[in-house]
Amino acid sequence: MIPEGRTVKVKVRNLSMIFGERPEEALQHLRDGLNKDEIFERTGQIVGVYNANFEVTEGEIFVLMGLSGSGKSTLLRCINRLFEPAAGDVLIDGENILDFTPQQLREVRRKKLGMVFQNFALFPHRTIIENVAYGLEVRGVSEEERLSKAAEVLKMVGLQEHADSLPSQLSGGMQQRVGLARGLASDPDILLMDEAFSALDPLIRREMQDELLDLRDKVNKTIIFVSHDLDEALHIGDRIALMKDGRIIQIGTGEDILNNPADEYVAKFVAGVNMAKILTAERVMNRPEPVVLDNSTPEAVLRRMIKYKKSFAFVTDKNKEFRAILTKEGVKEAIDSGKSLQEILVLETTIVPPETPVTELISLVAGCSHPLPVVDNQGTLVGIIGHVALLNALTPGVVENGAA
Amino acid sequence: MALPRIPLGDGVELAVEWVDANFGGILDLLSMVLSTLVGGLKDLLLFLPPVAMAAFIAALVWGVSRRNLKMATGTLLGLLLIESMQLWSLSMETLALVISSTIVALMIGIPVGVLCSRNDTANGVITPILDLMQTMPSFVYLIPAVIFFGLGNVPGIIATVVFAMPPTIRLTNLGIRQVANDLLEVAEAFGSTPRQKLLKVQLPLAMPTIMAGVNQCIMLSLSMVVIAAMIGARGLGYQVLVGIQRVDIGTGFEAGLAIVIIAMVLDRITRSLTKR
Repeated sequence: MIPEGRTVKVKVRNLSMIFGERPEEALQHLRDGLNKDEIFERTGQIVGVYNANFEVTEGEIFVLMGLSGSGKSTLLRCINRLFEPAAGDVLIDGENILDFTPQQLREVRRKKLGMVFQNFALFPHRTIIENVAYGLEVRGVSEEERLSKAAEVLKMVGLQEHADSLPSQLSGGMQQRVGLARGLASDPDILLMDEAFSALDPLIRREMQDELLDLRDKVNKTIIFVSHDLDEALHIGDRIALMKDGRIIQIGTGEDILNNPADEYVAKFVAGVNMAKILTAERVMNRPEPVVLDNSTPEAVLRRMIKYKKSFAFVTDKNKEFRAILTKEGVKEAIDSGKSLQEILVLETTIVPPETPVTELISLVAGCSHPLPVVDNQGTLVGIIGHVALLNALTPGVVENGAA
Repeated sequence: MALPRIPLGDGVELAVEWVDANFGGILDLLSMVLSTLVGGLKDLLLFLPPVAMAAFIAALVWGVSRRNLKMATGTLLGLLLIESMQLWSLSMETLALVISSTIVALMIGIPVGVLCSRNDTANGVITPILDLMQTMPSFVYLIPAVIFFGLGNVPGIIATVVFAMPPTIRLTNLGIRQVANDLLEVAEAFGSTPRQKLLKVQLPLAMPTIMAGVNQCIMLSLSMVVIAAMIGARGLGYQVLVGIQRVDIGTGFEAGLAIVIIAMVLDRITRSLTKR
């Protein structure tokens, strides 16, 4: 499940978090199989998170997703110990921060863990640049150095002109950019983002998501992102952990979760998702047939078309590199005029890369009388997409049949 | 049937006598510090001739109120009225008493307020004491003050501090507790020490509320230093007392008016400071 060969940045092991005075009692009930509501009734303790396990690798965006009250924000706050877990381990670069003294914990928070909050949470009495420089200030960095670093980060989020404004003078989207800049200013390896974009309107939210993806590529941060929005999770998450009642139900890529939901809850959760947004050409393409080699004769090609009952054929060389599409009429014409196959091989079609999203495929396929060849970056023909395959893919429930 | 009398009053009396007998040295030291403070402040306020001082205070009001000319003019006229009533010296003595009492009350009140905001146990113990301090008739404080410090300005300040301090403690506590939780989480998440959290986040954000407490403290001080004239505190209160004893309505009214003017000037200054 974890991409191979990448360093594990954050590892959460058997982590539980209980709100209340007697967490041991609640944990015992959990081990005995009681659920959250029963435990609250019997003990008054609230189960925040129960037995969470996951790893996040360097440079990954890992999304904790679930409805409100599912424990996702609580779990996030256990990672920097804003909440104290009742049991389990939180390893950052292999060190268990639950064993840390307050001094060590502050060091980790100052240097390795940035955080971005849901309602921006900017200090209203500080200017924008002072807000951004806060982390450096508490670390004891000199004023000159921290302001120059903060100015640099502000520039990165495009707000350098607002350095001396107060937070109340900025729009929501701008304020959250400041929140992001504040999280990045101390150059942490890991960024914890708690519903960071939820308070923004949809267009700005989308923009910020794309900016976050850019940023990840630019500065190679490991990001743990809490969201209740499945579209958002699918858009930015390399992997997603779906939570319910304090438990992680499923961890996987967006496609894993959409196509192989672990249980009925997950299936219901993802039922409303717009399949077109997540599916790519690779997931919906069919096996290319008929395929003919570019050294065949036109007569042989025509025989293959008739055999497969198709009015077109895909031509490759012997290394499976895509050459052209031939139509029945074109081949017949070549036979009549006595041309060789080589002479009529003209590449007159759109080819699509395997990672093209289905949303883009729809218009391409609609405007084309033959299936589209899917060609990877080596030039190899890996599949074809016709009308039927596309329609199948967009109909929930029959996705598996549509895939190659 | 008569209930047996519980000698609460006798107990308090004994306790006060015990303190006086055993901590005489400390009380004397405190008395010396306070009388030096009041004396120094009074000399400072009387350093300039009255008209010049009135102009200076008016300029101060103009400055802190962000150039509010109306407020500055009102201040100047009020202060000149005090001088024309020949109450300037007494007014400055009252002002010195108010400032001294306020300084002492804030020096104790703000740290105690911070303590209450950070520690629920301390808050639980201190809150009922504050309730007691605020509901007990203010005259009652005058008695132990006299026993400990005799007659004069110093017992007046002590009684005033006891009376004026509770709002400072309460509002400091409230202001800090009202700071939004997510801002505290930010401070924590970026690795602030508890001290950094207090100085960089909690106190600055609580400042408007704390300043409201300071304003209250000053106003209560002013009302108490007048009452403290009964135990020998000097200033306008003494003049009011003279008016009562001689049933001289004119003297009483003029002194009362001077107190009102001082109250207004102090209130405008602290409120302007709060608004920043």
